[in-house]
Amino acid sequence: MSLRGFHIVFITISTLLALGAGAWCLWIDSVHGSPAFRLGAICSFLAGLVLISYGIWFYRKMKRLRIIT
Amino acid sequence: MEIPYTVTARPDTGLWNAKVGIWLFLASEVMLFGGLFSAYVFLRLDADPGVWPHGLLNVPVGTMNTAILIASSVTVVMAWASLKMRKFRAYWWYMLVTILCGVIFLAVKLVYEWPQKFEHFGAFIKKDKLEKYEQYLGNHHLAEKGLPPRTEISGHLHNHDALHDENAKEYEIALDPVNADPTNPNMDRPHFLYVPPTEKMATIEKEDVEYANMFLPKHSAYFASYFTITGLHGAHVLGGVIVFTYLWLPVGTKLYKRNPEHLANRVEVAGLFWHFVDLVWIFVFPLFYLL
Repeated sequence: MSLRGFHIVFITISTLLALGAGAWCLWIDSVHGSPAFRLGAICSFLAGLVLISYGIWFYRKMKRLRIIT
Repeated sequence: MEIPYTVTARPDTGLWNAKVGIWLFLASEVMLFGGLFSAYVFLRLDADPGVWPHGLLNVPVGTMNTAILIASSVTVVMAWASLKMRKFRAYWWYMLVTILCGVIFLAVKLVYEWPQKFEHFGAFIKKDKLEKYEQYLGNHHLAEKGLPPRTEISGHLHNHDALHDENAKEYEIALDPVNADPTNPNMDRPHFLYVPPTEKMATIEKEDVEYANMFLPKHSAYFASYFTITGLHGAHVLGGVIVFTYLWLPVGTKLYKRNPEHLANRVEVAGLFWHFVDLVWIFVFPLFYLL
């Protein structure tokens, strides 16, 4: 696997972590009612969206540049 | 003598030497970290209810370190892509940012996170003495809520000598919030931000203590796992930073002038290692900081 492929795998797993962390924060907030965790959930889901957008951008750019090894 | 297949791929495998080497190395690394993660999971599953520490790590700081490592994985790929496009100046800047990200990650670990643990103290109370320290443990409150009992009183140790002095009869602790106000419902949940020890003091007699120590690896299986895994991971980050710095220094410039594809291959191999190190952290973060 090239660095390009490994990077896409890494960004996918990072996205899952961001979404998972958001879900964890929501769960803590629903059980204990803590605004700090609600804020954490929002930030985590936003980070997940950023990572998804970046992943798509990166894949398209590498394809366009034909950097495939 | 020229070493073959350092730049071009072997016709039969389609791979150049270093790529085979790095993947074999990473396979051994998977086994190393896989064993440590398995040990952590089994130790945690087998721990008695309420004994395994929870919520001791600073989630925002851990999140920041996670973001730094993800950003560094982006910059290292950009550095490699820049070399492929023969844009050496862009490579130089992206590599510099990658190195800085690694240094910041290590600095946060070594200057902030670890020392904070070294200055923290915990005393596990003997089972038959738990009632004596009910005001700090709040176990009646926990029992009403169906939560496991607390057995540890923690905070900032004022008389450090008591740890080693056999004549000292008690520990004087500035209590953590969880022990200063144990019936507060906010103490039954993890904290998003770090909560420092309070000014409320407690005196704990040594004869009532099962075991006491600073938050060092010998404190508990939790801290032994924490320091082993984050320490080993930190050593890998340091290794990556050293390799990147080598490739960023004039050595890299000379190699680029002689054979840019050779440098691109070296950066790709180092980048694969860096991505593996980042991936390990992606598992460390939820395991230790969140769950």
